[in-house]
Formats: sequence, structure tokens, C-alpha cells
Amino acid sequence: MKNDKVNTKTIKVDYLARVEGEGALYVKIKGNTVTDVKFKIFEPPRFFEAFLRGRSFCEAPDITARICGICPVAYQMSSSHAMEDAFGIRVDGQLRALRRLLYCGEWIESHALHVYLLHAPDFFGYDDAIQMAKDYPDIVQRGLQLKKTGNEVVILIGGREIHPINVRVGGFYKALTKQELNSLTEKLKRARDIALEAVSWTAKFDYPDFEQDYEFVALRHPDEYPFNEGKLISNKGLDIFVHEYDNHFIEEQVAYTNALHSKLKERGAYFVGPLARFNLNFDRLSPLAKEAAHSAGLSPVCRNPFKSIIVRSVEMVYACDEALRIIGQYEKPEIPAIPFQPTAGTGYGCTEAPRGILYHRYRVDDNGRILDAKIVPPTSQNQKTIENDLWQFIPKYLDLPSEELKYDCEKAIRNYDPCISCATHFLKFNIDRE
Amino acid sequence: MNKNKITQTSCANTLPILIIGIGNTYRGDDAVGLVIAQHLKKQVPDYVSVIEESGNGVAFMESWKDADTVILIDAVHSGTKPGTIHRFNASAHPLPSKFFRYSTHTFGVAEIIELARTLNQLPSHLIVYGIEGKRFEAGIGISPEVNKAVQEVVNRLRQDIHSFLKIS
Repeated sequence: MKNDKVNTKTIKVDYLARVEGEGALYVKIKGNTVTDVKFKIFEPPRFFEAFLRGRSFCEAPDITARICGICPVAYQMSSSHAMEDAFGIRVDGQLRALRRLLYCGEWIESHALHVYLLHAPDFFGYDDAIQMAKDYPDIVQRGLQLKKTGNEVVILIGGREIHPINVRVGGFYKALTKQELNSLTEKLKRARDIALEAVSWTAKFDYPDFEQDYEFVALRHPDEYPFNEGKLISNKGLDIFVHEYDNHFIEEQVAYTNALHSKLKERGAYFVGPLARFNLNFDRLSPLAKEAAHSAGLSPVCRNPFKSIIVRSVEMVYACDEALRIIGQYEKPEIPAIPFQPTAGTGYGCTEAPRGILYHRYRVDDNGRILDAKIVPPTSQNQKTIENDLWQFIPKYLDLPSEELKYDCEKAIRNYDPCISCATHFLKFNIDRE
Repeated sequence: MNKNKITQTSCANTLPILIIGIGNTYRGDDAVGLVIAQHLKKQVPDYVSVIEESGNGVAFMESWKDADTVILIDAVHSGTKPGTIHRFNASAHPLPSKFFRYSTHTFGVAEIIELARTLNQLPSHLIVYGIEGKRFEAGIGISPEVNKAVQEVVNRLRQDIHSFLKIS
């Protein structure tokens, strides 16, 4: 059916599957022109920033971890770093290494979930991982095993799987022994092998020819692939310290969505997450992860968002590698946390959640009571870029029947592994054709 | 929550029956699976393990790996009268997915059971209880209609336990 013969057409589905959270997509097409694209997030506002006010600084890591069941570690890390910045303390040495190890666990479990169970079905035309498991049971099993290893890292260091309880400002409540960490070594080696297979597996997928001139934003550290810290850089000139974030980025209220849209004041939309990290920090990957990327035909700068599944797989290799490196060099720190006194001030923290940079800012009083909080999650930073992709993507596929077009739009959204819960659950989808 | 004890013991395969209460304490009637698990813990013999799960379904697959008989309890949202008790033999038939679609878990109950079935990882006996919820908004406390169903489900679970012991 040719589009120009269609006057008005509306397509509805109950929700967009395989993303976390409740949202909707609205697309309006007049003849052969896309006239409106709205990526709506209608998850009710959650007011976390407001109910942090009046709370003690020490509650921030545990309260903000509740924002997300997939990346609670990211919230704990960014909030802890921000508080430590406010109090002028620095967590270093083995405590810092233990934080990176915890983050490795979260990256592995989050990426494994997305690569194998949420994203891969798109490249085979399956509705979901259950359908895919009928034809590829071994692959799905491998994904589950990889995810389990990530979970085990988080359970061991964080105290439990979903919202870890061992993280505190200044370090941890309990520091682990080397023997305890050694229990992960063989599992991580097996996980690294599975991740390497994931890179070569995803490299063979059929990718749409779709590239855009994105502004990629990620942390950059002098000698590490970024988890915890670094300057904020982009491929278009951004090079700032984390405390300068508010001078360069702005959040806007948009009528149709409950999540704020974040943009760069100077240039607008930008792209955070695995693809941004990879493009801006390729030289900081471990030799094995670099080799895996090269053998997959992947090198920076990759501008095809559909290839983010290969990049996530490369990052799983890195996270396993980094975890093994940390465990190999680990010695139990003398104290589980650095002692400090809270002081009045403002603290800034930004770490690399699996989906991209997660910025926290807190103003606290002399007793460490939170006066003001600001949290900018990765998904709200990517919203504009997701919409921009759809504006560019849809015109190329206008001749497709609406059901196929809908599926392709969903695929384009899933490239970003959006976490709508973070940004403010079910996605409704409408296409109007006039 | 005595999850560790149960996991260890069930791994040792000394507990033949595993009961999993699923839900979120902070989303109204979604808590009913947890409430029933808490009631049941005080009443079951040592050879029955009861755990509470709030996370995603992948975790259920892990927890039932060594169990022969598993009973899942969760809130459902299917349009029937609040407090209605649905019972499904999931080892025999797929769950009607509309019942469990309200789940906010990454992989819901119906999805994870079908994934486990595809991967030949279902326990020999799998029963699912679904209790029709009334409200799933943020907030603590279950509605009176759903609360009424709690004791009825506990009674029925005790009967299930007896009949499964007879089978084994």
C-alpha cells in the first residue's frame, strides 16, 4: 500500500517491549513527509530530587540507588563521589579499586541483559528472547550465564543483587578479603570467553546503513577506560571538569514528556553511553578488548547506533578483563571507609552508568543535611538524540507497511537501551498518516 | 528474609518444595505475593522453603534450579474482581500472558516461565497463583478485597503442600 494513497492512519500498540519503563512514541506522517516525532515518557514524575532535601548525606547512596533496579551501582557511585567532593575527601587505592570492581559487575549484568535478551532478537526478527531461545538456546543460555556472573560480582561486593547495601560515602561498610574476591576469578574468566564470543557473534549481524553526525559525550580519564571519574569531553570540543557541567548542559521541560530533555547549551542534542565511551576512549581499552573490537571490524569513530550491540559486547570483555586485573592486584584495605567530617558545600559527581554519564550535584549544610539535589540520568540526556534519529530514520522506510515501520522505530529506540524508570514503565505507540 | 538459608538448603536438594512470593512492597496490591510468603513462613514445615522475590524473573530461574516442585505467587491484573484467586498449572500449559502483563519486573512471570520452558529448565511441577489486584500505584498497603484472599491462598497452599508430599 503506497503511503500517498493513505489519508489518515493510526497504529496503536500497548507498549514498546524490551525497554525499561513506561513511555510512548508518536509519529505523524503526511503523505511522504514526517511531520512530527515525539518520544514521550509518561512514567509519573518520581520526585527523588525533592525528597532528598532534608535527608542526611549518608542516605543519598541508598535512596538514589532505588531510582533503578538495573543500574543501582551507578547511582551509588555518582552520589558517593558527589558527597566526597563536597566534603573534600578522596577515596583512593584499594577502596577505589573495589568500587571499580563493583561497577564491572553492574556493566556485565546490564550489558548481558541488553545484548542477549533485549537487543539481539531485533537482528533476527524475533518478537522476544523467548522466541529466539527456541532457535538459539545455547546463545541465550550463555547470555544468562554472563548476566549471572555480573550479578555475583554485585552480590559479593555490594551485599545483594538489586539494590546493594554495602556502599557508603567514603568507601564501603565492609571491605572484602582477597580470598573472597578470588572466588570470582574462574567465573570471570569464563564470562570473558563468553563476552569474546558475543563480540564475534554480534559482528556478523546485518546492520542498517544509518550513520549520523552525533556529538558523543563521555568521561575521559588520563589512563583508565572510564567508570568512576574524569573530565567530560566530546568529539565537538567539549572539555570540562565535572563541576562545570551546569555551565554547559541544560535541562528543559517539554510538554509531552515527564522526563526533562537535556541538551548542550551551545549545540543541543548529544549522545551518551557505550558508543560515546568507545569512540572517545578506545585507546584506554584493555589490549584484549581492543583486539576483539578490531577483529569485529569495529574502530572509532563508529557513528552507526545499531552497532552499539557490538560495542556493549566489547565493553563486557573490558569489564571482565578489568575485574580480573583488579582482583589480581587486590589487597584488603586497612579500613573499609575513609573517616571524615561533613562540611557545608556543594559537591559534584559524574560516573559512567551502563547507559552513559550519570550526573549528581548536592548542596549540603554543616551537618551534612541535603539542601538541594540535582540528578541527570543517561536516558534523559539521550532523549533528543533518540528523537533526532527517528526524524532521520523514518523517511528512509516510509514505504514499509505500518507494522514493519513500527518495529523498525522500536529497534532504533532500543539501540539506546533506554531506561525510562531512570528518566522518570509500558510504551504506547502511535503513527498518524495523513 | 532467610533467602540464604533457603538457597543453600535447596541447592543441597533437601527441600522438595519451593514457594516464591513475588512483588513490590511499595506498589499497593503488587505486595500480595510477599504478604502471603510472610504468612506462610510461620506455618510450613522445615522441608518447605519460602522465599520472597522483588527482582526480575531471571532470578527465579536460578532459585528453582534444584527444586522439583515450585509454587509462585504474584499479583495479577486481568480485569476480574479484585481478590479473585487464579491457579495455573504452568508445567502443563503456558500462562495467559495478559494476567501478568502488569509486572514491572524486567522479565515478568509469564515471560520467564516460557523462557525456562524453551530452555528445558522448568521444574517438574510448577503451580502459579495469581491474585487479582485492585490498585498498583505507589504506596504501602494492600486493599481490603485483596487482603481477604490472603488467608484463602495460604490455606490452599497448605493443601498443595500436602498433596505434593503424597506424590513424592
